[in-house]
Amino acid sequence: MNLYDIIFYFFAVVTVGSAMVVVFSKKIVYSAFALLFTFFGVAGIYVLLNADFLAITQLLVYVGGILVLILFGVMLTTNTVTIDIKSGTMNLIPATIVIALLAGMLGGIFWTSDWFMSKQFGDIVHTTTTTEIGNALITTHVLPFEIASVVLLVAVVGAAMMARRERNN
Amino acid sequence: MEFITSALENQILLTVLNAALPLLFILPYALVTIYIEMKMAAHMQNRLAYMQTGYHGTLQPFADIVKLLQKEDIIPTAADKFLFILAPYLVFVGTYASFAVLPFSSAYAGSELDLGIFYLVAASSLVVVGILMAGWASNNKWSLFGALRSAAQIVSYEIPAALAILGVVMIAGTMNLQTLTSLQSGGIHEWIIFGGTLPLGHKLALIPFIVVLFVIYLISSMAEVNRTPFDIPEAESELVQGYNTEYSGMKFAIFYLAEYANLFLVSAVAVVLFFGGWASPFGELMSGPLWGTFWFVTKGMLFVCLNIWLRWTLPRMRVDQLMYVSWKVMTPFALLCVIVIGFILVL
Repeated sequence: MNLYDIIFYFFAVVTVGSAMVVVFSKKIVYSAFALLFTFFGVAGIYVLLNADFLAITQLLVYVGGILVLILFGVMLTTNTVTIDIKSGTMNLIPATIVIALLAGMLGGIFWTSDWFMSKQFGDIVHTTTTTEIGNALITTHVLPFEIASVVLLVAVVGAAMMARRERNN
Repeated sequence: MEFITSALENQILLTVLNAALPLLFILPYALVTIYIEMKMAAHMQNRLAYMQTGYHGTLQPFADIVKLLQKEDIIPTAADKFLFILAPYLVFVGTYASFAVLPFSSAYAGSELDLGIFYLVAASSLVVVGILMAGWASNNKWSLFGALRSAAQIVSYEIPAALAILGVVMIAGTMNLQTLTSLQSGGIHEWIIFGGTLPLGHKLALIPFIVVLFVIYLISSMAEVNRTPFDIPEAESELVQGYNTEYSGMKFAIFYLAEYANLFLVSAVAVVLFFGGWASPFGELMSGPLWGTFWFVTKGMLFVCLNIWLRWTLPRMRVDQLMYVSWKVMTPFALLCVIVIGFILVL
């Protein structure tokens, strides 16, 4: 058990533990806050895999954007004093089928993949991935990049449209 | 002695020690800044402030600390106890995590991460979640509204701030804060605010746009630390004290510490991005690791004082004015500056 293992298992426990809180918690606010630790744990694992840019983007997009949005939604809809939004159990059979399919698929990927094992800190090469990602985005992958930016532009324009229409009424 | 050397060889212990160093700066810094803030505020308003404890009240911050430590730790009955306790630590962790990449001198930066400034922008989102947690867990309408306002404000002002940072990154060609500072170490004329190390023609063309970006960053950073004129999250006349209304004693002290640490953080980032970080203004003269720390802290404190000065001079903005400034003024101007800087750099 070296330092790398300790750190990996720490992040793994944080990720899986908090993800279980997200799923099993009856209080939706708890689920939302537990999601923070899930994202954090996943970012930590990305760092261990030498994907520094991905790790930080994960924090920026998911914690800074999506999680804050979820929290806003929960907090503005839940009346903190009187009503608690609670999640219950429903649709047991369809849920089981979907989960079984998903688990089968993930298991299949897990067993058939050829995993790259990085066991030591020495294995982590301290080169930044940002330059390569930047180069790849504007050379070989320029089409997906442009399509993604068009999608984002449409989303922004749509959000502005919806906000404006409300004011006219 | 043998114990120390063997301990230093221990990777884990060394990492922990390295991580704890900025804390040794933050604690005395917070004490000094609280005193400076009170004194500056008082003298601007023709008052005296602390005069009783020690010479001109110099011992007052220590007395305040002792008072905060001794206070009863009250958790409201209707509060969500677990989140209520967790929130102040989360806010401080978010702030402290950002200190990891600050280059205090050419010899010390917690981590010389290649993505330094990008990491810094991402780490501040932890603070937003912590503030929302504090507001919700307090189970108090003032706290909740303070938290929502604060989060909305930080999230909105992150955009012009990030665009301003992007402009600097384009000029310097690196996101590593240590490298960024080294680039500017040739003297005052090589600081990014004066166009960095580019040829003279480029520099002259760039300066107006960099100055605009700097002003945008300064305003956004003031909004991100929730200080007047952007302190509507804790507007006393409307919200009592905002998200930390229900907090007292040690937990309030942690919020307070995080707030002051954040103030230095945004000032230090402004210094690194535009004013050469630890680099001496005289080039080789008065440079070196120790002088570096001196310049870094001095420049940072100058910006902290600028923030204090503005806080006690300007009135508070309304919510709609706040959003107007961020979305309709600063974001378009920052975007324009980034595009123009891109064109100048290509030409």
